Amino acid sequence: MSKIAKERAESVFTDFKAAYTPQQALVEANRCLFCSDAPCIQACPTGIDIPQFIRKIATANVKGSARTIFDSNILGMSCARVCPVEVLCVGKCVYGEMGVPPIQIGKLQRYATDIAFEQGWRFFTAGPDSGKSVGLVGAGPASLAAAHELRRHGHGCTIYDKRPVVGGLNTTGVAPYKMRADRSEQEVEWVLGIGGIAVESGVEVGKDLAWDELRSRHDALFLGVGLGPDTLMDVPGADLDGIHGAVELIERFKLGAVDLQGVERAVVVGGGNTAVDAVRELRGLGVAEVTMLYRGTEPKMSGYAHEWSAAKDQGVRAHWQAQPVAFEGAGRVERIRCLRLDDRKQPIAGSEHVVEADLVLLAIGQSKLESLLQGLPGLSFERGRVVVDEHQATTAPGVYAGGDCANGGKEVVNAAAEGKRAALAIHAFLGGS
Amino acid sequence: MPDLSTNCAGIRSPNPFWLASAPPANSGAQVQRAFDHGWGGAVWKTLGVPIQNVSSRFGAVDVRGTKAVGFNNIELITDRALDVNFREIYETKKKYPKHAVVVSLMVETRQEWEEIIKRAVDSGADGLELNFGCPHGMCERGMGSAVGQEPKVNQEITSWAVEFSPVPVLVKLTPNVSDIVPHGLAAQAGGAHGVALINTIKSIIGVDIDRMVPLPRVGGRSTNGGYCGSAVKPIALHMVAQLARNPQFDIPISGIGGVATWRDAVEFILLGSSSVQVCTEVMLRGYRIVEDMIEGLQEYMRGHGFDTIDQMVGKAVPAYSEWGDLDLNYETVAKIDAQSCIGCQLCVVACHDGAHQCIHPNASGSRVPTVDESECVGCNLCQIVCPVPGCISMEAVDNGYSRGSWNEFVAGEAKLRPKKGAH
Repeated sequence: MSKIAKERAESVFTDFKAAYTPQQALVEANRCLFCSDAPCIQACPTGIDIPQFIRKIATANVKGSARTIFDSNILGMSCARVCPVEVLCVGKCVYGEMGVPPIQIGKLQRYATDIAFEQGWRFFTAGPDSGKSVGLVGAGPASLAAAHELRRHGHGCTIYDKRPVVGGLNTTGVAPYKMRADRSEQEVEWVLGIGGIAVESGVEVGKDLAWDELRSRHDALFLGVGLGPDTLMDVPGADLDGIHGAVELIERFKLGAVDLQGVERAVVVGGGNTAVDAVRELRGLGVAEVTMLYRGTEPKMSGYAHEWSAAKDQGVRAHWQAQPVAFEGAGRVERIRCLRLDDRKQPIAGSEHVVEADLVLLAIGQSKLESLLQGLPGLSFERGRVVVDEHQATTAPGVYAGGDCANGGKEVVNAAAEGKRAALAIHAFLGGS
Repeated sequence: MPDLSTNCAGIRSPNPFWLASAPPANSGAQVQRAFDHGWGGAVWKTLGVPIQNVSSRFGAVDVRGTKAVGFNNIELITDRALDVNFREIYETKKKYPKHAVVVSLMVETRQEWEEIIKRAVDSGADGLELNFGCPHGMCERGMGSAVGQEPKVNQEITSWAVEFSPVPVLVKLTPNVSDIVPHGLAAQAGGAHGVALINTIKSIIGVDIDRMVPLPRVGGRSTNGGYCGSAVKPIALHMVAQLARNPQFDIPISGIGGVATWRDAVEFILLGSSSVQVCTEVMLRGYRIVEDMIEGLQEYMRGHGFDTIDQMVGKAVPAYSEWGDLDLNYETVAKIDAQSCIGCQLCVVACHDGAHQCIHPNASGSRVPTVDESECVGCNLCQIVCPVPGCISMEAVDNGYSRGSWNEFVAGEAKLRPKKGAH
């Protein structure tokens, strides 16, 4: 039963990168040089054997291709769509070194994994029951990857998430021109299809379920709780209507309806990838004038250059080196009072000016969930992140962590890699070999 | 401007590019269109007693996404009435007097040969080509390669044709023999003015692995066909050169087998062909390919100082030697140009898995591999797999040894350098 609403604002989006036809996939697959010790593999956090899966597409062994992908990364379907391949595998394709267009690895991976989903191919079965159980907090990519790997080794798994929907940011946060919530939900079902993974939705650990109780239920824990709510701004007028956290609003239009009628000028504050997603999404949702307002300069922004380039192609504007000092309006935001910043991001005296806006999204970061996790003794934190070792083990025995809560906020593919790595460490912790 | 005009066994054409006897030379309209595109000659699709063909007739080998690197057919000789063919030959020759129209023939008895040769010559043929090569269908009826595989039969039928024909006679040879030389010499002994080779190679092009029927599929069955296209060029070059370098063989050669570009044509000419015949590439790409063939050949000739085709013919034959005469003391090692290397390391895996384990990943972390020259045997595999033109070169090493071949060594006339890579 789908928990995703049928009517969702994100449904207006189509794929920014169109899926390959079989002919296109074949031509592209045949271009791959089949490098040895390939740089694309090294660039993949989950270490997918990319040349091998591409060769299998070229020989019409698509099933083998999908197996190669999923064997390294059970979330290979969503990663194919949401990975910033331009800075990962594709960015390292050796063709780039000779000025030849790199292999479109993401599109080929999508080709193979989409067919696997369509055909209902399953490659993995649960291992013999170990009698052990693992509790996983948060139902995002990290926990899903961890749970799937744990099931391959026969450990019982229960995933807890405060939301009614499963999939974490893959369901609630991914830019809808890459993947929409219903597709993420299909992936969740596909992953859970290995069997033996219980999901307790609507259960917030630390509130609905005490940490002590959780510990006593399970032999080991995995923390994949992600990040907290959007960071808001402490300036006058910040509580006016029409000012939202970007992650919060994105989740709303991915899971349901949002009314942007009447919005003429939207401003997104920030220069990271959430900001770049948000401006593209607002344009796609029909907002006529969308501006990204950032404290730094274009070359210094942390959002990916290829994403920002696409935003500009969509007509998004930028307001560089500026910072809001107050939001103004009668009940609802109408304008932002800003200061200009210099190259060291210091305010320039006398530079105050006004930017008109009837919708403001704040994409200046998300809070860390350190306070939530305080209920679990023995954890250590560094700048709000859970400290883990190279096996994803926290400083609390039997407790492992991965994804945004441990890495501070990276990609789905990082979460998938860390979840799997943690699962292998948990397996060893539980006495497996 | 170099002169491309060609005289192959007395058959003259404005350039050495002829359509081979095959579907592209099946009719007057086709041959005339080919001449308009620039083809210098055409060998008419083989005439004989018209046959009935099957569906389907062709198959292909695709390699890593490249279509039809190799090709095969199970089509037979002409299925059109002889009257129609001869009328079209006459019309074509009248309209294109300077182009070469060679008529390919295949019949059985001496009387049949006499009759069909008379009709071909009467219709204006500049030359005849005796099809002793077709490896499917016709050979089951005692013709085609059934003739070409028997030097005595070859010589006898050739002598009939020469007796009946006032125009030059080419004998088209089959490659489906262990050694081409006796067959070329048989044609020569029969009085042929030249030979044309190779015809197609006996082959099964593939198997429909779902129906479990070989290809091309004719209902629920298939049969062996004739293999051709780019993939067969090395076999054809070898056979052409085998004849060209044979001291007893001294008649002209029309080269056939995988000629797709001007480069292929140059290779055939350098190994002894005075014209080249093309079929598969025309079937795949059309007559228009000849424009590039002509330009490319001219530029090549200009670059190498050739004024005429004759000056080029056989220029690489003297360098085709026996293995025993190769210089065992000639030593090369692979050099990788770090500037152009893209770091794919295909050379590393090729050397490790398929050669002598002397190219290694760079220990310093760079993606540019290193060559252990003390172990490199100079085999060339790395250069072949390298996707970057010019990145890997095989450079000669001065090892202090003067020339020494196996034959010289056996005769006690040479010292050999120590072997490399043999542990």
